[in-house]
Amino acid sequence: MSLRNIGIVYRKELMDSLRDRRTLISMVVVPILIMPLLTIGLGVLAVDIAGKAKQQIPEVMILGGADSPQLMAQLTALKDIEIVPSRPDYADEISNKQIRAAVEIPPGFDAAVQSGQPVTVKIDNYQGDLNSGFATDTLRKALRDYRDATVSRRLESRGLPVTLITPFDIKDQNVAPPEKVTGAEIGGLIPYIVILLCMTGAMYPAIDLTAGEKERGTMETILSSPVSRLHLVLGKFLMVLTASLATAALAVTSMGVSFGIGRRMLMSMASGSDSGAMQLTITFKSVLAVFGMVVPLAVLFSAALLAISLHAKSYKEAQSYISPLIPIIIIPAVVSLLPGVELNAHLALIPVLNTSLVSKEIITGTYHWKLIVLIFASSCAYAAIALGIAVKLFQREDVLFRT
Amino acid sequence: MIETHQLGKRFFDKKRGEIRAVDGVSFRCEPGRIYGLLGANGAGKTTTLRMLATILEPTEGSATVAGFDVATQAEQVRRNVGFLSTATALYGRLTAEEIVRYFGRLHGMDDATISKREDAIFARLEMNEFRDRRCDKLSTGMKQKVSIARTLIHDPSVMIFDEPTLGLDVMAARTIVGFIRECRDQGKTVVFSTHVMSEVEKLCDTIGIIDKGRLLVEGSLEELRSRYRQTDLEEIFVQVVEP
Repeated sequence: MSLRNIGIVYRKELMDSLRDRRTLISMVVVPILIMPLLTIGLGVLAVDIAGKAKQQIPEVMILGGADSPQLMAQLTALKDIEIVPSRPDYADEISNKQIRAAVEIPPGFDAAVQSGQPVTVKIDNYQGDLNSGFATDTLRKALRDYRDATVSRRLESRGLPVTLITPFDIKDQNVAPPEKVTGAEIGGLIPYIVILLCMTGAMYPAIDLTAGEKERGTMETILSSPVSRLHLVLGKFLMVLTASLATAALAVTSMGVSFGIGRRMLMSMASGSDSGAMQLTITFKSVLAVFGMVVPLAVLFSAALLAISLHAKSYKEAQSYISPLIPIIIIPAVVSLLPGVELNAHLALIPVLNTSLVSKEIITGTYHWKLIVLIFASSCAYAAIALGIAVKLFQREDVLFRT
Repeated sequence: MIETHQLGKRFFDKKRGEIRAVDGVSFRCEPGRIYGLLGANGAGKTTTLRMLATILEPTEGSATVAGFDVATQAEQVRRNVGFLSTATALYGRLTAEEIVRYFGRLHGMDDATISKREDAIFARLEMNEFRDRRCDKLSTGMKQKVSIARTLIHDPSVMIFDEPTLGLDVMAARTIVGFIRECRDQGKTVVFSTHVMSEVEKLCDTIGIIDKGRLLVEGSLEELRSRYRQTDLEEIFVQVVEP
């Protein structure tokens, strides 16, 4: 084994690839841009949309209520909604988003409440629509306040304390550290993106260094030199691995910077609100650990992509071989995002899914060391097999000179 | 020196079954001589030369290049061979100098020796004007010169040319023909494949006519003319391959 020759091939491939626009875009531009877009961009957009929706005063119809002046007085006094005249096609208008909600007050509501008869008020809304949700919340709060006031009056009139019906209060309190809250909310998304970028970062150099060389006619040139095929494939592999890891490193760095900036921006934009975005905290240690877990996966991707691309005669053919791989990589990564899918010894042996799941746990600050060792070892084994196949294929004339 | 003995190469094709691309080819080329392999497309010229350059491994027979066996001493063979064909393209994103230096390093040369040799070759081939230019920005003639420099950097004793003028314009082809002649004059062993009769007439000391993987006839141009009672090499070639 000549490290000198591997180094010569590696340096040449690195220089060559850094002059290739496609490789540069996939290796540098995409990871740097995608994280700020996902964090700052989407965060700003979400806060902006929510803010605008809150600023818009939703139009609401009141159906009935002519004989219930007390309830009507409560509803018409609301500032966060605009009462519009009632029309019979209110359901269609809600569906068409012309109005956001409607309150159906049954006949004789006030009288029924006075006499202690059971009575129901309906709120018609558009489930899933943000503005309809705001209108519904406003109406529900107003009706709840009115009901509580009625209960209090009744208790007072009988000389009974309010605590009779509310003997105790219930309060939620989060005790999980901020990074665990973040992990639970977006923990799966981060390794998913890093894994995907790790693959796309390796894709173009792998094609360029194999099928691209065949297409351009430089494969025969290099095979006529004294460098052995083992040294040649190892030099090329190291270049593809560099691209893959550089993409992942840039994505992780960009992720850290984006979360730092994004947190401050979102806090200033949504000050005073209790947005979940305020909980964004990812430690340097967890970022480093995620990167460490991704390394054997990058080796696996690099070797596998190199072996697959080598079979192709041209750049285009290699792309058509590799395209079906993308869903194969995405599916396990998506499975890790599903609720209830938790890391265990069996899942720790499934490539991609294992790294995705363990990275999700690392982001939440949880370290299951036995599983981490198992995942790292199994990923290294898969990577070694893939590299072995790539080396074998480089010895085969029918692969190198396929016509 | 190049010597082949019953050299053969079989491929297996899923549709066509076993294919004998080269079948029992034996020839010898001494230093300071040019051996021309003349044959139609698919005759087995490229496969023969690829085996001599150790890019392909023979399935039958044997061959030695510069005293080394192509099957068992492939790396030593490649250290002593300069291989040039229309299929040996250049790295478009590297400069002429970067390519030549890359191949020099792969041949185990140190940077000082590479610089010295590179300067001499670049001056001889008048390449200094474009030595820092990327190869994808060069003209066909300039690219040919870079390819020649690439094959010469390690000063090989054996040169193998596989249809080196295919697809080139007149001027670029003349550069190559001149270079092949120069290699012979320097005492190098030269094997050259082509289907262009005029090039064979101009260059070759010995001509081997190859068809369907078999070397059918061998001799100097004069010997072939007298044996087939023809002065036109094209007519001789047709008589040999279509008796």
